[in-house]
Amino acid sequence: MPDSDVILETRGLSKEFRGFVAVKGVDLKVARGTIHALIGPNGAGKTTCFNLLTRFLPATSGTIVYRGEDITRASPAEIARKGLVRSFQISAVFPHLTVLENVRIALQRKRGSSFDFWRSDRVLRAYHQRARELLDAVGLQDFAQVPAIELSYGRKRALEIATTLALEPELMLLDEPTAGMGNEDVERIARLIQQVAKDRTVLMVEHNLGIVASLSHTITVLARGEVLAEGSYQSVSKNSAVIAAYLGTEHG
Amino acid sequence: MSEASAAPAAELAPRSHRAPLAILVALVLVAPWVVYPVFVMKALCFALFACAFNLLLGYAGLLSFGHALFFGAASYATAHAALEWGWRPELCLVFGAAVAAVLGLATGLVAIRRQGIYFAMITLALAQMFFFFSLRAEFTGGENGIQGVPRGMMFGFLDLSRTYVMYYVVAAIFLLGFAILHRTVHSPFGQVLTAIRENEPRAISLGYKVNQYKLIAFVLSAGLAGLAGGTKALVFQLASLTDVHWNTSGEVILMTLIGGLGTIFGPIAGAVFMAALENYLAQLGSWVTVTEGAIFVFCVIAFRRGMFGELSRLLKRPL
Ligand SMILES: Nc1ncnc2c1ncn2[C@@H]1O[C@H](COP(=O)(O)OP(=O)(O)OP(=O)(O)O)[C@@H](O)[C@H]1O
Ligand SMILES: [Mg+2]
Repeated sequence: MPDSDVILETRGLSKEFRGFVAVKGVDLKVARGTIHALIGPNGAGKTTCFNLLTRFLPATSGTIVYRGEDITRASPAEIARKGLVRSFQISAVFPHLTVLENVRIALQRKRGSSFDFWRSDRVLRAYHQRARELLDAVGLQDFAQVPAIELSYGRKRALEIATTLALEPELMLLDEPTAGMGNEDVERIARLIQQVAKDRTVLMVEHNLGIVASLSHTITVLARGEVLAEGSYQSVSKNSAVIAAYLGTEHG
Repeated sequence: MSEASAAPAAELAPRSHRAPLAILVALVLVAPWVVYPVFVMKALCFALFACAFNLLLGYAGLLSFGHALFFGAASYATAHAALEWGWRPELCLVFGAAVAAVLGLATGLVAIRRQGIYFAMITLALAQMFFFFSLRAEFTGGENGIQGVPRGMMFGFLDLSRTYVMYYVVAAIFLLGFAILHRTVHSPFGQVLTAIRENEPRAISLGYKVNQYKLIAFVLSAGLAGLAGGTKALVFQLASLTDVHWNTSGEVILMTLIGGLGTIFGPIAGAVFMAALENYLAQLGSWVTVTEGAIFVFCVIAFRRGMFGELSRLLKRPL
């Protein structure tokens, strides 16, 4: 894999919480334009990895290289500005803002004017058209004026994706985008991920192995903070270490 | 899971405050002819103070436990400039607000990196440091405060020693400060501030450098709290330790909570209510605080969202 095709690479990434090693020497290479899945049993360190990649937590050791640039010491906001945008395992919306306002917050950051405290918020109407396009794309066009808190869980996740997409990220990190959803919603989100991945790279944590199998090009299996296996779904699912790690867990 | 039915794809619900704003202006203009002007002036100073405080707690989700620092420092600065340097009142007020804003910047830089209770504790600690500084420092007059502050001639022609002139100047300052806060809350900046209050990690993950926004809000809040404190010093011709006492920091929190946290008009109502309470309960002597406390407990239990929080729920519109 030539380096220009690698959008994100970690070398020896580790995280220790007061003596407990949650992530241990992870070497990860995410190829540009692919959907890369990060799977593993509960507590494997997947969310911690995301927190390290986006600097929500400082790594104990190791380096993170994004588009050839070392971002190990950048701030979370700087990383987002470079086009590496994450979602959260627990749905992250702005609950008392409307669905439209949620998306607009992201557009506003990307396009400026967010420090202007002396101007009327009417200037933000310039973003409404783009916001509506994004809501259309995730099937929320009829909910634009609804406070986000009133949406169903599945629709909140869709709103999160629309908000993330508003930043036109190059690399999108999704933490369990379909967790806690009904079948219908799961399918809708899966289609959505497939669609948005056409123009960007997606790294996702996902427990639903059906989704992982059908969507991802590459899978990395994490267990107790370490990479257990990496490759296509076929090769990974036959790996005996992976089967052993999953046995006895609820996702076995 | 409950879900609202599809809303019409209209533009954003208009958040027009035209009617309540008109009522507010009318009340401010008429009040001194109905109630003692000095009482209304006091209420307006505290109302501006509470509104400035509300920008932080209500819209940015930051609980400052030391806002008396800005109110009191500006009160001293304004009084000192008027009495010792003989500056014109408008310059004294601007000076007071500027001093408060600079102290706000310094306090903000220290406090904003901390979250929740630590933020509150640092602001309280800094305010207490300033209290003891004021107690010892020469120019504050220690226990006596700065007395006999001249009100002076504003812009060279408004004689503030005349009660009604002073009143309408205070009213204009209050309305100006309120207008600034109203605009700030309903600005692109205010929108980001609300988002940070609602979900800070999410705002960060969208690339917002949240501390910069909090700091700007903090400086604005401190500056306007200072404008309120300086105005109070001119009205009462006095700057004293009461202005920097933690009790004042506590009162502004109560005013905001009673009036309605995160409502634009609530803190005004809360301030008027508290000022009235203090006035009418004055004969109770040291029991004022106890009665205030009891009333506060009652208010918190009876209307959890504060006066305007409840009202805004009844009317189904943001106030
Ligand atoms: N801030 C923290 N402090 C201490 N320990 C932590 C912290 N965050 C995570 N851990 C621990 O690190 C381990 C990995 O957690 P992590 O959340 O990354 O797992 P995960 O793979 O995302 O699991 P899940 O599938 O349940 O979401 C867990 O044992 C967890 O208890
Ligand atoms: Mg997780």
